[in-house]
Amino acid sequence: MIAGRSGNAQLVVALDRKASALGLHVGQPLADARAMLPMLRVVAEDAPADAKLLERLADWCDRFTPFLSTDPPRGLLLDVSGASHLFGGEKALLDRIRGELRRQGFAVRGAMASTALAARALARHRDGCVVASGEESKAIAPLPIEALDLDEPTTHAFRRAGLKTIGQAAGRKRAELTARFGARLVYTIDTALARADRPISPRRPLPDYRAERNFAEPVATEDVIRETLLALAGALSELLEKRGEGARRLEAVFFRADGIVRRIAVEAGAPLREPAAMVRLFKEKLSALADPLDPGFGFDLIRLCADRIGRAEALAQQFDSDAARERELGFLVDRLAARFGKDCILALRPRDTHIPEHAYALLPAQHAGAAEHSWKKLRGKGEAPRRPLRSFSRAEPLSLLRSVDGQYRIRWRNTQRLLTRIEGPERIALDWWRSGNSTPARDYYRAEDEDGRRLWLTRDPLSGQWAVQGVFA
Amino acid sequence: MPLGHAAADACLGGGLKRAALHEVFAQPGHETAAAGFAAGLAARLAAGKNLLWIRQDYCALEFGELAATGLLELGLDPARVLLMRAAQAEDALRAALEALRCRALGAVVIELSGNPKCLDLTASRRLTLAAEENGVAALLLRFTARIEPGSAQTRWRVRAAPSPAQEENWGQPRVEAELTRNRQGATGNWVMEWSCDDGCFREPADRGAVVSAAGDGPPPAALEKDRRSVAA
Repeated sequence: MIAGRSGNAQLVVALDRKASALGLHVGQPLADARAMLPMLRVVAEDAPADAKLLERLADWCDRFTPFLSTDPPRGLLLDVSGASHLFGGEKALLDRIRGELRRQGFAVRGAMASTALAARALARHRDGCVVASGEESKAIAPLPIEALDLDEPTTHAFRRAGLKTIGQAAGRKRAELTARFGARLVYTIDTALARADRPISPRRPLPDYRAERNFAEPVATEDVIRETLLALAGALSELLEKRGEGARRLEAVFFRADGIVRRIAVEAGAPLREPAAMVRLFKEKLSALADPLDPGFGFDLIRLCADRIGRAEALAQQFDSDAARERELGFLVDRLAARFGKDCILALRPRDTHIPEHAYALLPAQHAGAAEHSWKKLRGKGEAPRRPLRSFSRAEPLSLLRSVDGQYRIRWRNTQRLLTRIEGPERIALDWWRSGNSTPARDYYRAEDEDGRRLWLTRDPLSGQWAVQGVFA
Repeated sequence: MPLGHAAADACLGGGLKRAALHEVFAQPGHETAAAGFAAGLAARLAAGKNLLWIRQDYCALEFGELAATGLLELGLDPARVLLMRAAQAEDALRAALEALRCRALGAVVIELSGNPKCLDLTASRRLTLAAEENGVAALLLRFTARIEPGSAQTRWRVRAAPSPAQEENWGQPRVEAELTRNRQGATGNWVMEWSCDDGCFREPADRGAVVSAAGDGPPPAALEKDRRSVAA
């Protein structure tokens, strides 16, 4: 028996079959239960663990349809419209789900109907039944009013009024019910009787396209997995080609025979359609995973989903060398991003500001897009560069000394250098019109030391502290 | 691909081979000068195609991150440069091999610090092969590194050179580049100026005299020969 807290009271939350046969019931105060059965074994409720388990079960059920949602605390709702024929009909599908979950050690009740609410009500009270479309009212009507999962006062009010079954409640005039309980309740009854529908909202966004393959015998070898991915990519590619589209995101879902589900996604900079290219990205990604794909006892279902669909030109039109080069480069970026992460491969884009540190942005090359501004050269013709080739993310402090003979020396990284020339300041006012911070302008100097190294120095106007901001080539 | 510096080009037999591996070693403290030299070589070798600059994270911490505005000022087009961050030298080399197989790229610069174990003779040979096969130039930019046997076509040691004295204008970036290995011929040592406007190297206008003539110094050449026999 499991007990949990509700407000200040310890209540019975769940029971096993034996305990309920002995007359205990859910919602009973724990003290009462203990009084009835002193040798009762009580386990504390662990709601987060329950929720996690439910999510795991939902992952497992994903193999039947991606259109599913959890119904906490212990329910799962699956929309199997158009999917049941793949499993030999509705009854067979329902029996299979129940059977396989039971084999995993769960106590399962399940039912199938045209609306989620009807199916839920039936599952609680008539386990295993499949109600054909149009026969919901007949099946639901005899169920007790509790099957609707209404709140406690409403259920109580129905009972007080002598309305014990859903059928009786539904038989009342709608205006009466609305006046007494509100329009929401009428809507609930309508959904239960499949007169109205309230679609479930899936846990994950549904993929735009998907292809999957079931295995009677779980597969574990790399070759088979690669072959399967290639075949699935081929199937997706056909779907995409029909509409002249490509996918920017692909997700491979591996369903392990023991119920663990692993999802691996790759992204592409441009809409992708070639099966070989898709598989190549997965190969890069799989070989770089920190925790490798563990087949365990094998996968019994592998699914490939395509998302973020965009127009993709047919390959035949791309004999143009510039476009082909662009494409090849894009694919290289995709491969590197799949292997090393998309934040590792960066494109340089100009920004519209004169602040040196913010004059450009490093953006993930896959999604950088076209530049919004143009690059602005600061150097005049024949002049030396005015911005350093390498810059420090944080300026490094430096001490500047002036000797008696008027020469400057700097001390930076524990070495002293003689400056042969120094030029400046280049005064750069900060964006005082933004954010209202009153940081004063900063001064920048170019300096060259005795070896010909050119440094970019800054001087803080308040403290007078010198620092190295970057180094010129 | 000619560099633009007449004496160096003559020594290289007309210029640098594009489909090959070239190594640029920075003299200690002259990392940015070497990076500038490598950027110049890469720009010449890429010849308008895109450039991939792979750098080890440590290099950016220690010697500063490659700045887009700096590349722009040097006369490169930052829109044609891709920057790759690699946590480890292994990652950098693996990415470089992958990138060298992409013919859409003109050049790949691999910026490494120290002497990583993974950059052995085999790795260097792999880079050479990939560069030769696909006609993409590979440039190894080495900071604080010891010279080791490798399969590079040319090897350079680079330090900054002082600007012309007593001049209002600072002049173009200037390096002293020592060619310590050249598979095709002699070695040499020159002061070169990178012309940011024309995108090529040239001889500094104020000093006609080079630091030393091409092909001098038998000891380093002999050393190189020894290394080559090791490499063979």
